[in-house]
Amino acid sequence: MIWALISLPILAGVVAFFLRPAGPRRALLLLTALGHSGLTALAWVRRPAPAWEGWLLIDPLGLLFLSITSVLFLVVSIYALGYFHREDWGRREDFQEGFLFSNAREPTFTCCLLLFLGMMTLVTLSQHFGLLWVAVEATTLASAPLIYFHRHYRSLEATWKYIMICSVGIALALLGNFFLAVASTLGGEEHVPMLLSSLIGRAPSLHTQWLKAAFLFLLVGYGTKMGLAPLHTWLPDAHSESPSVISALLPGALLNCAFLAIPRVQQVTVAAGLGEFGRSLMLVFGLFSMVVAAAFIIRQLDFKRMLAYSSIEHMGILSLAVGLGANAGYGAVLHAVNHSLTKGMLFLVAGNILAVYRSKSTTDIRGISRILPISGALWVAGFFAITGSPPFGAFLSELVILKSALDQGRTVVAVIYLLALGIIFIGMATIMLRMVQGDPAGLPADHRDSVVTEGHRSNFSWLFGESALAVIPPMALGAAVLILGLYIPPALRQILEQAARAFGGV
Amino acid sequence: MELWIDCLIVLLILTNLKLISSSRLSACIRVVAIQGVLLGLVPLLVGSGDLTFRVILLSIVTMVVKGIVFPWLLLKALRSANVRREMEPFVGYTTSLLVGVGLLALAIWMGRQLPLPAPSKSPLVVPLALFTIMIGLFAIVSRRKALTQVLGYLVMENGIYAFGLAFAHQEPLLVELGTLLDVFMAVFIMGITIFQINREFDHIDTDRLSLLKD
Repeated sequence: MIWALISLPILAGVVAFFLRPAGPRRALLLLTALGHSGLTALAWVRRPAPAWEGWLLIDPLGLLFLSITSVLFLVVSIYALGYFHREDWGRREDFQEGFLFSNAREPTFTCCLLLFLGMMTLVTLSQHFGLLWVAVEATTLASAPLIYFHRHYRSLEATWKYIMICSVGIALALLGNFFLAVASTLGGEEHVPMLLSSLIGRAPSLHTQWLKAAFLFLLVGYGTKMGLAPLHTWLPDAHSESPSVISALLPGALLNCAFLAIPRVQQVTVAAGLGEFGRSLMLVFGLFSMVVAAAFIIRQLDFKRMLAYSSIEHMGILSLAVGLGANAGYGAVLHAVNHSLTKGMLFLVAGNILAVYRSKSTTDIRGISRILPISGALWVAGFFAITGSPPFGAFLSELVILKSALDQGRTVVAVIYLLALGIIFIGMATIMLRMVQGDPAGLPADHRDSVVTEGHRSNFSWLFGESALAVIPPMALGAAVLILGLYIPPALRQILEQAARAFGGV
Repeated sequence: MELWIDCLIVLLILTNLKLISSSRLSACIRVVAIQGVLLGLVPLLVGSGDLTFRVILLSIVTMVVKGIVFPWLLLKALRSANVRREMEPFVGYTTSLLVGVGLLALAIWMGRQLPLPAPSKSPLVVPLALFTIMIGLFAIVSRRKALTQVLGYLVMENGIYAFGLAFAHQEPLLVELGTLLDVFMAVFIMGITIFQINREFDHIDTDRLSLLKD
């Protein structure tokens, strides 16, 4: 079954590349997403046996991240049906500067999207550090063509930065892997396979200096991919220039996958008695990311960039939580779930706003609630959810992390954490609420003819002037975050607690 | 045997210095190709055990991919971009060479500080790996052309690979091949991106890719 999880998206991706008619190809995308989530759900009921001599294994932490990826991919692929319809192949005008460009061909795009899913699945399942590296690098490569969907020079610049910075970063992680191998050969005479379980088992005999160096390189390498400041410079560009479908997947799925690699290494360092070394590094990176994000969110002129900086903030929170250890581990896994779902929802809504206003400006756009009532409401709900207001899930997870910091007597950390959260709350409130309220402004000149008079309103698939395919997916994500804030199902709680153990320990 | 290894290492160090002191891009690509072939010879000489099937396969695949496929891809990208020289790099060629020598000294010093597992056949392998990684990073930050940055990435990857060859030689073959495949795909996609950048901008200077910022 583990093999089915990985091979399904890859095979479907290959088929999609050669499938010319649009209808069957879109159906294939949706069916693969459904099949993948079905298999993931099965893994919740009955944990499949390890495959390939323990190289591939579903542990609680992996299962949690696999589920996030799978759910998000399903929702996004439903949204993509409407998106592909809107963004068919052909020349179109750029809304910012008015030049003509075309989109990437849909078969190639669908193929890369499915391969991307396959590689992310591989990341969550691999227990071997070498294989994990191969999979993380493969996610970068599969997603680079996705960012270059709108074929114009801004997205090209973003793609170049993304692939160059992430590849160099991940190359450093490879060096970290080799250091880890040296640490294991120096400790004892015999060869230790680079499997998570065997490294943890032999941890006390690992060579301390090399292990520290390995952790540092792996943290910098995967931290680049995860978007920790000051290694985050590719992230705002890639998130703001990629198509809405992809920008919804990047923070929730891709950044999480890179994040997943870090607790895996941390587990080894903790077992080797170097937990404190790793934790203090993660703490500093986390706080710094939050502060940088806060500084850039205030007065941000582009709402997709604002959301991207918010992703950096939340990756900082995750890193901080791992750095605090103890109870904050539970907060970290819960927060990873909440952030992924909320950010996916916000980027999908941002796609709706972008489609109608054809502008990413935070200063021009006004009155979303009049033009797009549902998207407007979701935008406000998303604002409260992402800034950690009750009753949404992020409130709970951020509170757990704060409580853990206070319990440990780290007042300075708690104060910086709260200050950054407060500044971001104010910054995002100013931008996002101003966009929703007031009389409509910032609309393109031909708006009246193109949207309102289209006469679709009597049609069932249109809700209050918005396409159902465009609003129901983000609505579902929003509902999930709301439910998580009020009630965590026992099965999920059990997995979260088991996953949190990966961060815990002394 | 040791003489051969030392010869190989000296040649590899010279390719690194040639890379940062040469302005013609086609010459740089050729240097990286030579480096790839030399690197393919390393596992044959350095490996601790006998010549197993695994070592020979790895050596051949490395030579083909790094010595033939990458240079071919990059030369194609270079022809499409119609650029010959690296004009006005951020760090001049003479300075680059001096920096290179400094980095070499640093790498040798660092190599002595590190506690190493079972004595390898030459004490110069670790300094070589560190030096190659540093040169790669230096080329990425000190050159303007997208193509030179890809070369820098490749050289850095070569350095990491050399480190891996020296110590992690019990790594499963699958991981090694997977790594090589990833690097191959990375260079392939970077090559396509360079082609697109050239078509879209009429140049491949990465410092002029500065539209997206806050």
